[in-house]
Amino acid sequence: MRWNFLALIGRVVLAFLATAGRLAIFTATGVQHCFLPPWYFRLIGRQMMSIGYYSLPVIGLTAFFTGAVLALQIFIGSSRFNAESAVATIVVIGITRELGPVIGGLMVAGRVSAAMAAEIGTMRVTEQIDALTTLSTNPFKYLVAPRLIAATLMMPLLVLVADIIGVFGGYAVSTTKLNFNAGMYLKRTFEFLEFEDVASGLVKAAVFGFLIALMGCYHGFNSSGGAQGVGRATTNAVVSASILILTANYLVTELFFAT
Amino acid sequence: MSTEPKISLRGVVKRFGPKVVLNGIDLDVATGESVAIIGGSGSGKSVTLKCILGLMAPEEGSIKIDGIETVRMATGERDRLMRQVGMLFQHAALFDSLSVWENVAFALRLYSNIDKQEARQQAIEKLAQVGLGEEVCDINPAELSGGMRKRVGLARAIATEPALVFFDEPTTGLDPIMGDIIDQLIVKCVKELGATALTITHDMDSARTIADRIAMIYEGKIVWAGPVSEIDHSGNPIVEQFIEGRVDGPIEIEGRKRALA
Repeated sequence: MRWNFLALIGRVVLAFLATAGRLAIFTATGVQHCFLPPWYFRLIGRQMMSIGYYSLPVIGLTAFFTGAVLALQIFIGSSRFNAESAVATIVVIGITRELGPVIGGLMVAGRVSAAMAAEIGTMRVTEQIDALTTLSTNPFKYLVAPRLIAATLMMPLLVLVADIIGVFGGYAVSTTKLNFNAGMYLKRTFEFLEFEDVASGLVKAAVFGFLIALMGCYHGFNSSGGAQGVGRATTNAVVSASILILTANYLVTELFFAT
Repeated sequence: MSTEPKISLRGVVKRFGPKVVLNGIDLDVATGESVAIIGGSGSGKSVTLKCILGLMAPEEGSIKIDGIETVRMATGERDRLMRQVGMLFQHAALFDSLSVWENVAFALRLYSNIDKQEARQQAIEKLAQVGLGEEVCDINPAELSGGMRKRVGLARAIATEPALVFFDEPTTGLDPIMGDIIDQLIVKCVKELGATALTITHDMDSARTIADRIAMIYEGKIVWAGPVSEIDHSGNPIVEQFIEGRVDGPIEIEGRKRALA
């Protein structure tokens, strides 16, 4: 019984290491193809539209309500020690440094990572990826590299939009519901905002974009077993992208904090 | 005339875990010849084809195309080799994200420096070769019937006028008439191209129509190979059972005894 338990642990560790190895090779191959020609600019452009433009409504709505809730919560907390004037500053720093990239990343992970895994997974189970190879087209170059490039470039732009809308959400609630003076709120918003606050959020966004596309492509590429396999790949892509976003968020924050 | 076979397989072994799927395949396909590999479900036909195409790597053995070893060939080199290859997949494997003409012209636009209009024109010509009109050009592949998808797949396979064409179960899922039409189209296209063809199928009518020579695969080995005219007198009990479609005989079918009990 004891030995069976140890064998189980061994199997789990071996499976984890094998997956980590496969993912490392997949990542290295994908990144390599991002930097080596030929580049399919039409496909990169199409992915940029799909990831960036079509995610705007989701990102916009999420950011607006996040900013609005943040303003309400900070107002409640800060009024306990008469620091209501800090609402604008805390909202803008909270949105640009943390909530914009993280909430935006999680929303895009749900939308984009799942779509990528489903599309590439379907291509895998219907032999379309094999067909690419027989047409002497490297699937990494045609499917993976455009998605990695597009997501890494578009996420910072999306987060920039999320930052603006999120701050506007806080502004809207503060001026209409909490009786803040509009001019004073805007002055406070920009008074203590530093370039690093926005930049660190955009760097995070680029990292999250890469992770979202990587997980979508990896799980789609390795899907098997028909419709059920594609469904599993889609779920795994969203779950693993979300976990990696939260992990990477801490690591990047730590990096910026240390510098 | 060169005596070097176009495709040569020697001792090809492929395992999936403990299961040995290919157990030392030996096969030669001469230049300009059309060979069909026949065999039951799960006998290793598709795996053989995937190993030749480099979609799977065999554990042992040698696969040569034009005398060049292709096992563990570098990606760039294989991409170049693939430019002389055309492939018709079992379910056509057309790209959903592209229209019919973009599917057919996919490789044309990739290798030759032709503009969109010219590529479309060439795609229309290839579609005409397989009996399809211009009206299907802008349709999404998902809107096509099974037979039409196979025809578009065939047009895509021959678009670059390859020297080597592979057909994976070309008649599977088609009614007998459409199956025969596809077989005739394959014969016509291969003849016009002067290409070497390798087909895998379990459809004996299809194999007899398409091939000059047939090889039978069983338990991961080629158990018989010879001209189409000799298959009915092969003297091999495995081949005889397969072509007559008998339940009783040397071929072990998984779960058969349980199912008939």
